[in-house]
Amino acid sequence: MVWHIAWRELRTLFLSPLAWCTLAVAQFLLAFVFLGQLEYFIATLQPQLLAIEGAPGVTDLVAMPVLGSATMVLLLIVPLLSMRLIAEERRTGTLKLLMSAPVSVHQIVIGKYLGLLLLLLLMIGMVMLMPLSLALGTSLDWGKLAAAALGLALMVGAFAAAGVFMSTLTSQPVVAAVSTFGLLLLLLILDWAGSMDARFTELFSYLSLQRHSQAMQSGNFNSADVVYYLLFITAFLGLAVRRLEADRLQR
Amino acid sequence: MTSATDPDILVSVEQLYRWYGEHCAVRDLTLELRRGQVLGLLGPNGAGKSTTMGIISGNLAPSSGRVRIAGHDILDAPNEAKALLGYLPEVPPVYPELTVDEYLDYAAGLHHVTGRDRKPARQRAKDRCGLTEVGGRLIGNLSKGFRQRVGIAQSIIHNPLVVILDEPTVGLDPIQIREIRMLIKELGQDHAVILSTHILPEVLATCTDVKIINRGALVFSESMAEIGDRLRDTSFLVQTERSVNASVLESIPGVEAVEATDTGARIRHQAAASPAADVARAIVENGWGLLELTPERKTLEQVFVDLTTADTTHTEAA
Repeated sequence: MVWHIAWRELRTLFLSPLAWCTLAVAQFLLAFVFLGQLEYFIATLQPQLLAIEGAPGVTDLVAMPVLGSATMVLLLIVPLLSMRLIAEERRTGTLKLLMSAPVSVHQIVIGKYLGLLLLLLLMIGMVMLMPLSLALGTSLDWGKLAAAALGLALMVGAFAAAGVFMSTLTSQPVVAAVSTFGLLLLLLILDWAGSMDARFTELFSYLSLQRHSQAMQSGNFNSADVVYYLLFITAFLGLAVRRLEADRLQR
Repeated sequence: MTSATDPDILVSVEQLYRWYGEHCAVRDLTLELRRGQVLGLLGPNGAGKSTTMGIISGNLAPSSGRVRIAGHDILDAPNEAKALLGYLPEVPPVYPELTVDEYLDYAAGLHHVTGRDRKPARQRAKDRCGLTEVGGRLIGNLSKGFRQRVGIAQSIIHNPLVVILDEPTVGLDPIQIREIRMLIKELGQDHAVILSTHILPEVLATCTDVKIINRGALVFSESMAEIGDRLRDTSFLVQTERSVNASVLESIPGVEAVEATDTGARIRHQAAASPAADVARAIVENGWGLLELTPERKTLEQVFVDLTTADTTHTEAA
């Protein structure tokens, strides 16, 4: 049942130009970053690095900046994709189809989340193809690359979960998009505020989305970070279920 | 409770209340629906029809009271109850970017119609709603009438025991309306159907039972047979060339009163037996020149207006 909902969600995304357009734009932007980094690496960095013992390689200097930029690009894209998930259905009245079907609310929420996640994973997969293409000409640090990709996927999973929740709050997709963007940006920059007051440093930097993926992007796989993202996703999906159930009680 | 044990009672609603803040949309509503009944829910705008249907379909939670579908409580066992339900909301819940076939497959899947059963189920729903020609078209490109039909097809695709239709014939042309009425009658044979409407002839054409809701409360509840008695004509108009002699007509058995009008007379009689034949004979025998004889029927509309307007002061007092 969950997959039935997820599959339709994904189909709907691809039936409108939205999915194609975002995939193309993301790919174009990141290709620009990738080629820029590659050019810089070949022309400027490589000759200098030859002299240094144990110098960072192409994985660190080309692949990691690309994945770092992907976080920023996805921060902009996820709210636009997640905004319509539930808000749009509520606005057009199609939510009633789901609510009067023998499907529980958590199946609806998880189905919609997975539909969006599949598209985002496809997007990450396509972005990953660019650093992977370097394997044709050089050797890559596979462990580091895998950790970074996992970090990016978890981060995007967290973005999407927050997006689903924000979409359950309103019947105006744009409101959902703006609030998702605001929330995500806040959570990303939270550790900046942490550095101002010593008392909150630890708390804020723990809450910050960025911190947990930074470790993974430097190839440092830490199960606490994975648990953080899984908790984040579960919490927001749980809130979304609660919110959607409350729809029946009052309106 | 009898309703829990009697397998023929498909819908049982007990003492339903629904508040929107201070506003009470549904007040102490109790109803029961058996297999083979088609219930017409009537009421003026804002009477609480859609709220009631939303609650029965599980889209809204009642403030108090309970709803059971074939014995399954809609709140305690929502999935079992909803599996037996088909619901068409006021606005058909269709996705404009899908084709009719894709949409119906999706709706079928949501109702656990899977694998090999899905195609025949879709085909049957399309046949019943006259959608066979448009299966491959995008719903967004269809006219309002067709979208409405897609909405109805969605509500019957899993062959539910109870079908709830909120204003099913809105936006349809007269031929489509006839087809949908036929469909509703057909569904009523082995399902239970609840439909809301403000088109009164529709109720007469399709329903076995009528309930009128006003200001959230049930003000009228009768079966069609009882309504038939209520609506039977109790007077007729005669038009004649020359003026009639009232006392002659009053002496005819069955005639209760004769009122002279400009062109003839209005004759009141008892509901059971109409003395029209005797009156006509008397007029002809007296040479008054009978031009026209029209029974005056009390319409459901009159009953409706009487109940929903006269009741206003009553409910406020209560």
